[in-house]
Amino acid sequence: MTTAVTGELSVDSAELRGFRQVQQLAYACAEAVAARLEPGITEREAARMQREWLRERGVRDWFHLPFAWFGDRTAFVNFRIPLQFFPTNRRLEPGMPFILDMAPVYDGYTADIGYSGSLGINPVQDKLMADLEAHRELILREVRERRPLREIYEDVDRLMVRQGYANRHRAYPFGVIAHKIDRVKERRWSPHVFGFGTQSLKGLASDALHGHRDGWSPLWSPYRFSDHPPRPGLWAVEPHLGFRGTGAKFEEILVVTDSRDPEQSAFWLDDDLPHVRRWAEEK
Amino acid sequence: MTVPVTLEGARERRVRAGGVELCVAELGDPGQPTVILVHGYPDSKEVWSEVAPRLADRFHVVLYDVRGHGRSTAPKPLRGGFTLEKLTDDFLAVADAVSPDRPVHLVGHDWGSVQAWEFATIKRTEGRIASFTSMSGPSLDHFGHWINSRLKRPTPRRVGQLLGQGAKSWYVYLLHTPVLPELAWRGPLGKTWPRILERVEKVPGDGYPTPSLPTDAAHGAWLYRDNVRTRLRRPRPDAYAHAPVQLITPLGDAFLSERLYDELELWVPQLIRRTLPAKHWIPRSRPAQLASWITEFVTSVEGGRPESVTATGKYADRFGGQLVLVTGAGSGIGRATAYAFAEAGARVVAVDRDAEAAIRTAEMSRLIGAPEAWAETVDVSDEQAMEKLAAKVATEYGVVDVLVNNAGIGLSGSFFDTTPEDWKKVLDVNLWGVIHGCRLFGKQMAERGQGGHIVNTASAAAYQPSRALPAYSTSKAAVLMLSECLRAELAGQGIGVTAICPGLVNTNITSTAHFAGVDAEEEKRRQKKSARLYGLRNYPPEKVADAILRAVVRGEAVVPVTPEARGAYLMSRFTPRALRRIARLEPPL
Ligand SMILES: NC(=O)c1ccc[n+]([C@@H]2O[C@H](COP(=O)([O-])OP(=O)(O)OC[C@H]3O[C@@H](n4cnc5c(N)ncnc54)[C@H](O)[C@@H]3O)[C@@H](O)[C@H]2O)c1
Repeated sequence: MTTAVTGELSVDSAELRGFRQVQQLAYACAEAVAARLEPGITEREAARMQREWLRERGVRDWFHLPFAWFGDRTAFVNFRIPLQFFPTNRRLEPGMPFILDMAPVYDGYTADIGYSGSLGINPVQDKLMADLEAHRELILREVRERRPLREIYEDVDRLMVRQGYANRHRAYPFGVIAHKIDRVKERRWSPHVFGFGTQSLKGLASDALHGHRDGWSPLWSPYRFSDHPPRPGLWAVEPHLGFRGTGAKFEEILVVTDSRDPEQSAFWLDDDLPHVRRWAEEK
Repeated sequence: MTVPVTLEGARERRVRAGGVELCVAELGDPGQPTVILVHGYPDSKEVWSEVAPRLADRFHVVLYDVRGHGRSTAPKPLRGGFTLEKLTDDFLAVADAVSPDRPVHLVGHDWGSVQAWEFATIKRTEGRIASFTSMSGPSLDHFGHWINSRLKRPTPRRVGQLLGQGAKSWYVYLLHTPVLPELAWRGPLGKTWPRILERVEKVPGDGYPTPSLPTDAAHGAWLYRDNVRTRLRRPRPDAYAHAPVQLITPLGDAFLSERLYDELELWVPQLIRRTLPAKHWIPRSRPAQLASWITEFVTSVEGGRPESVTATGKYADRFGGQLVLVTGAGSGIGRATAYAFAEAGARVVAVDRDAEAAIRTAEMSRLIGAPEAWAETVDVSDEQAMEKLAAKVATEYGVVDVLVNNAGIGLSGSFFDTTPEDWKKVLDVNLWGVIHGCRLFGKQMAERGQGGHIVNTASAAAYQPSRALPAYSTSKAAVLMLSECLRAELAGQGIGVTAICPGLVNTNITSTAHFAGVDAEEEKRRQKKSARLYGLRNYPPEKVADAILRAVVRGEAVVPVTPEARGAYLMSRFTPRALRRIARLEPPL
């Protein structure tokens, strides 16, 4: 089930086209749902809107079910247990920041994306989003340099501190900034546990098992098990900044290959995404 | 004898209204929005002599002597001549004379505020009032309802509130006795009153009150007699404000309890609250702060956004618009403190020797509520640079209301490993930086004479001896004692001084601390190790910032923050020998 790497992951391979398509679909969903958010809507309703939108367009399985975080929950304020990630009855108010996070499987290809926005103007979140650009550049640069993932993680941390922000991806399970993502066999019946698709979890678990033997991990964390150079494959990368009750993130797929050409050795799957377009527009 | 105050450069005119002639003074450009200042009891329009000029470059400022006061004539007979209806006639006559086409911004103090509440809540003035700033004078109607609701449902707390305000109103009962008050004011009380104001109310002795005081006070007694009893007995049921209101409450007011305003939101749809640590006569004792709040409020209403105060912080009522300077604001506790003040709507000066970091702090401060924020790159241990900074801040941003001397560096190592250069460096920043800050900015505060607050970041190390931090602890102990001495010296001037003593706080200080007596590599290792330790302890600098704001609001002297700092503080007082034993332990690095 793990993707074989070299030829298949060249920029225009059919393989990557499939991933690109589902990632585009997920971001289209985020933009469509974000446009329909209005005061009073709850996180649960926003999560359901994402689910329905994607189901209508043929999504049957999930890496994880859609999340929605409003207000200071975008910065995971006072989060202590993983259950707190699940959508609540928190209502959206004017000026509030929000984050939509979903991981649909379409045609066997998986995406995992994060979309940050606010209802009306929120200058703090705008600033956070603008400052995420430097993180996207740093991550790509250092992956191309084949730096150990743990070190890259620490450099992201340092940049955040210099920017005056808190690292909020540390709140994710294992504190990960990224995790591997793969193709999934489509089954007629694919249940989920705690919001995560069993097929995808199986893939992640088998990667973890194999990786453990060869000294790498499908989870990109601050811990020793991430003390290895980037492993070829697809990584869903999600740096998440927090500042006094406001959070912002993006999440998208980074392709890592075993090519010797640095440009080919790592690249973002798709640059035509809302946050990237926005940075380009602001220039 | 001091020369009586006058309103310099004011244009005077007389306005006739309902049988009296009012003395009206105007300053500033009549083309600008009109602000009418109404004085209280026993006062005349000169009570505003320090506030009015500060408003005059932005607004058309109008003051008048209330009937029977100053150089306005008194009604005949006096009895029945001071009803709120008649006072309303006066106000409308003045407003029509000075600003016939545009609604005016009202500002009232004491009885001027009591009157103005009437103007702002009755039908016939609707459309004539753009905004109202109230200080130390409640609406008699609201007051009446406040009393009634407490009489109807007398829970112990509510009875306490009633008795509390009742005790503060002693003079109201006295004023209801016939003739006696007049005799007193025209006799001994009138003579000693200015000194009483200076001594008890901390009003500067600068030629106010004016010589008309005895007649003002005698006539003004009718303000109470004509209105208080009738209104309190039968308060109007529909006393809703038809303009945005800014309520300024001096917390040390001897005559009015803060509790009076608890239910004000019921009556005022658009209400902004401000508080300040001062006594009753704030137009005399805090003119700069009043002028700045009035300017901000009037400007925001004129701009069509009465709710312009975006600050959401807990202490926005206290710090809104105040000037706060924080040193070491580029990281850790200093940065968190700058942000906390920014969230409370303060104007922030972020000082750090790291330029990029200071700029960042100022930038983010503006995003989260600071109306203005500036970055200044200065090394606090550099005397000349600090002097330059103080001069620049005074001319460009104003006199600092809250000063936080927080910049500091870490130094660890045994006494004999600590070189004279090490000593010099840590004392230069940790102690001299604080001395310069207090000396320069404290002086500006004291000279302004309108209060303020100084916070110095000491440390739990100031009272907790240890063999690991002899030089650092010495510098912090000095800061603690300096703060205590300065607190004593400035107490009479309304300037508070606080020493903050945090324990282990998760900031960058561990990664920049110097470890004496070890080579560079070992130093790196120890920095990393202590950073990890502080990280595990994980006490956030934001909590220290909260403690700092709270300490300023409450005027606290020494504030240990974090449980270990509080524990050590108690031990230093009650079981110092145990603390000395702990000091002997080898540090775990
Ligand atoms: N972190 C703790 O555990 C702790 C405990 C007790 C007291 N303190 C005190 O709190 C204060 C703030 O420390 P922090 O923990 O936030 O450290 P920090 O290192 O995170 O921040 C200190 C800031 O001060 C600046 N600075 C240092 N020297 C300066 C100078 N000479 N001029 C101008 N700016 C200068 C630095 O550039 C930095 O931005 C210090 O006085 C420190 O001694 C800290």
